[in-house]
Amino acid sequence: MAAEKVNNFVWLIGGEAGYGILTAGEIFARACMHAGLHVFTNTEYPSLIRGGHNTFMVRASDQEINAHGEKIDALIALNKETIERHAHELSTGGGIIFDPEVCGEVSAKAKLYPVPFTKILADIGAERIMLNTIALGASAALLELDFSYLEKAIAKTFGKKAAVVKQNIVAAQAGYSYIKNNFPEKLDISIKPIKSAPQHILVTGNDALALGAVAAGCKFAAIYPMTPTSQVLHRLAAWQQKHNIVVMQPEDEIAGINAAIGASFAGVRSLTATSGGGFSLMAEALGMAGMTETPLVVIWGQRPGPSTGLPTRTAQGDLQFALHASQGEFPRIVLAPGDIDECFHAAHEAFNLAERWQLPVIILVDKHVCECYKSTTPFDTRNLKIDRGQFANAGSGEFPRYKITENGVSPRALPGQPGGIFRAVSDEHDEYGYLTEEPTTCKAMNDKRMRKLEYIARELPEPVLYGPAKAGVTIIGWGSTKGSVLDALLLLQAKGIAANFLQVYNIWPFHAAAVGRVIDQAKAVICLEQNATGQLASLIREQTGKAVDSLLKYDGRQWTPEQVASAVENRVKGV
Amino acid sequence: MTMALETKTNPTWCHGCGNYGILGALKGAINELGLAPHNVLIVAGVGCHGHEPQWVNTYGFQTIHGRTLPLAQAAKLANHELTVIAVAGDGDCLDEGMSHFIHACRRNIDMTLLVHNNGVFGLTTGQTSPTSGKGFVSKSTPFGSPEQPVNALALALEAGASFVGRGFAGDPKHLQELVVKAIKHRGFSLVEIFQPCVVWNKVNTYDFWRQNTYKLEGAGHNSSSREAAWRKSHEKEPWPLGVLYQTTTQMFTDHLPQIAKQTLVKQPIGKIDIKPLLEEYS
Repeated sequence: MAAEKVNNFVWLIGGEAGYGILTAGEIFARACMHAGLHVFTNTEYPSLIRGGHNTFMVRASDQEINAHGEKIDALIALNKETIERHAHELSTGGGIIFDPEVCGEVSAKAKLYPVPFTKILADIGAERIMLNTIALGASAALLELDFSYLEKAIAKTFGKKAAVVKQNIVAAQAGYSYIKNNFPEKLDISIKPIKSAPQHILVTGNDALALGAVAAGCKFAAIYPMTPTSQVLHRLAAWQQKHNIVVMQPEDEIAGINAAIGASFAGVRSLTATSGGGFSLMAEALGMAGMTETPLVVIWGQRPGPSTGLPTRTAQGDLQFALHASQGEFPRIVLAPGDIDECFHAAHEAFNLAERWQLPVIILVDKHVCECYKSTTPFDTRNLKIDRGQFANAGSGEFPRYKITENGVSPRALPGQPGGIFRAVSDEHDEYGYLTEEPTTCKAMNDKRMRKLEYIARELPEPVLYGPAKAGVTIIGWGSTKGSVLDALLLLQAKGIAANFLQVYNIWPFHAAAVGRVIDQAKAVICLEQNATGQLASLIREQTGKAVDSLLKYDGRQWTPEQVASAVENRVKGV
Repeated sequence: MTMALETKTNPTWCHGCGNYGILGALKGAINELGLAPHNVLIVAGVGCHGHEPQWVNTYGFQTIHGRTLPLAQAAKLANHELTVIAVAGDGDCLDEGMSHFIHACRRNIDMTLLVHNNGVFGLTTGQTSPTSGKGFVSKSTPFGSPEQPVNALALALEAGASFVGRGFAGDPKHLQELVVKAIKHRGFSLVEIFQPCVVWNKVNTYDFWRQNTYKLEGAGHNSSSREAAWRKSHEKEPWPLGVLYQTTTQMFTDHLPQIAKQTLVKQPIGKIDIKPLLEEYS
């Protein structure tokens, strides 16, 4: 057994939609996590409820990993298509678990583990939906993972449904025994549980965003379902009674954002979430939040467009839209978390920023970070602070809600508060919320609002440079490509290329000076994105006057670390 | 008393605009109910009615065209101790905001909607509206509107509204009585108001409505009967005024134990423990 393959592998299960691929993947990832490994998952599926080709990849390692992988060590084929599509992705020494009755004869150059799933199902009298669980049992046996880890993960996933847990354990045990009894020769990969490993949680970006919102005291969410952020709605809906949150599914995204603005105006921390299509409907109201200086948090999960595009795939094609959406000019903040932990903290921070600066805050994520699971340290909430911004004391007479101040922020009053009566108006208005078209006041109010950006830029941290300070090439990126780029830095190092990575997290207001400095000091700069036009590169050029080279991918699939390393290597070598 | 509701500015509506009657009835109703102005929120859309919050000294929010209802409903959910009144136009509410209108009726959140129905677009200087009669001649329909007008009250009844009424801006006293009943109603209350536009609608004038409406009070109408209300909602020439329908039914908020004890806005957020939630992910 090759030593490097202990606790370091990629497992992928594939099959039609409707056969519990996602559940199986989640259980397997959880079992690996319980065994003390770091896991990162990637799921690919078409926009269908039944049929199509679904995969769930689990990459596991004894080191922290930030992205999915490319070469598969264990391929679990619930149908023939999985073998046809993925056999060529197998690593040397990799193996395939499959049902010969379903997949027929397999000629792939790989270790083959035919398991008669269909027959086992009949033997144990299980439903066809249990097929995935048999495959899980077989996987555990093949990777020499003690069955108890799988049993615990199954129990955790199905929770209170005792009968379901029992059925699944029976099915998993059957798959496990079949491999144990029939295949003395195992794969070159194995799991050796690390008992001393710290306890982790297995979360997606959506989970982290929802948890961050709850921790921030979000009390109202109006979310119209849309991939890839529907899970934020599901999570908050499930927790609403425990945490006293009102979660409504509005009639459309327009109602969603207007409701979030209404609840925020009335004084509670409010949220809406959507994707680019839903946001297109929200654009007008975003400007109203800007004009009326109402705090607002929008979670925006990108997927490939234009139009309906690729509903269940990933992209970073909405950056310029997020920066410019809605007519006229008003301040906004755009945060682009790059991983699970940043999703949690961005969601928490967004509410502070929205209330402190009284403006809309967009959390720009994408399908990849929204739906990928990563094992991580449970989020530490001890140092999180709630900053609700400035509120007015009870006064008398007319209340200057839009009082002109140096940093543009005026104390708020909330409906119900005596002495604070004012009118929020989507028209231009004076300090008291009375309509005005008087040119001096109009300019002063516009200046007041826009001044916030200067002060925000001073407060928000500058982008972080990962890797060696001096490098042959500097990669610049934003959002979920962070994971693949970080893992690619190690691959590049192995190829003898010293690379570092500048992550633009606070994407608006933009840290032009800091980014410009990094560009000036770099030997070569490549801006890596998941879009066709290099939208961050455009922003960098606009804000710094510096042109940077781009590496772009826009096929709906996330850059893998291997793809990043190879593309950067080729670019550096001038291939 | 009414003075307390005055603001520093005066209405900019045309002389004779039906909106004056509505504004008077609205302020009168707030006074009659003895509501503290700081506990009242008036949400408006865009159109001639849209500036109404400028001239009532309560909390106000003038939103964008068509979006009064989502914003108003959510404000009520955030702080259900407020009296929330949405004012909207016919274009605002029944064109651009039609979907919100239907969903607000079926959601049944405790608030009041006053639809200022003048049958024409006023602020954009005279185009046809969703309530303009078929054949209505306007700048956008010089050969007459080819579309059937929207029947707001019938739509509301069908969508499950728990209070459906109609008033006339030319009879502010009757309108005020109606608005008082609507505000007092527990649930979503709709009052459609015939509002003469003296500039752009030469058909539905004050005289037209005086001659073509009658009051349901004393006319033997049973406002607790949905069937009777349905028939009344389809009556025209003359059109009935008053409460067509009122019922007590469960509200959206009756299903929200999370705000049963305290409004959302009063709930502290300083010390939220998410550890039990994190456990779900272990």
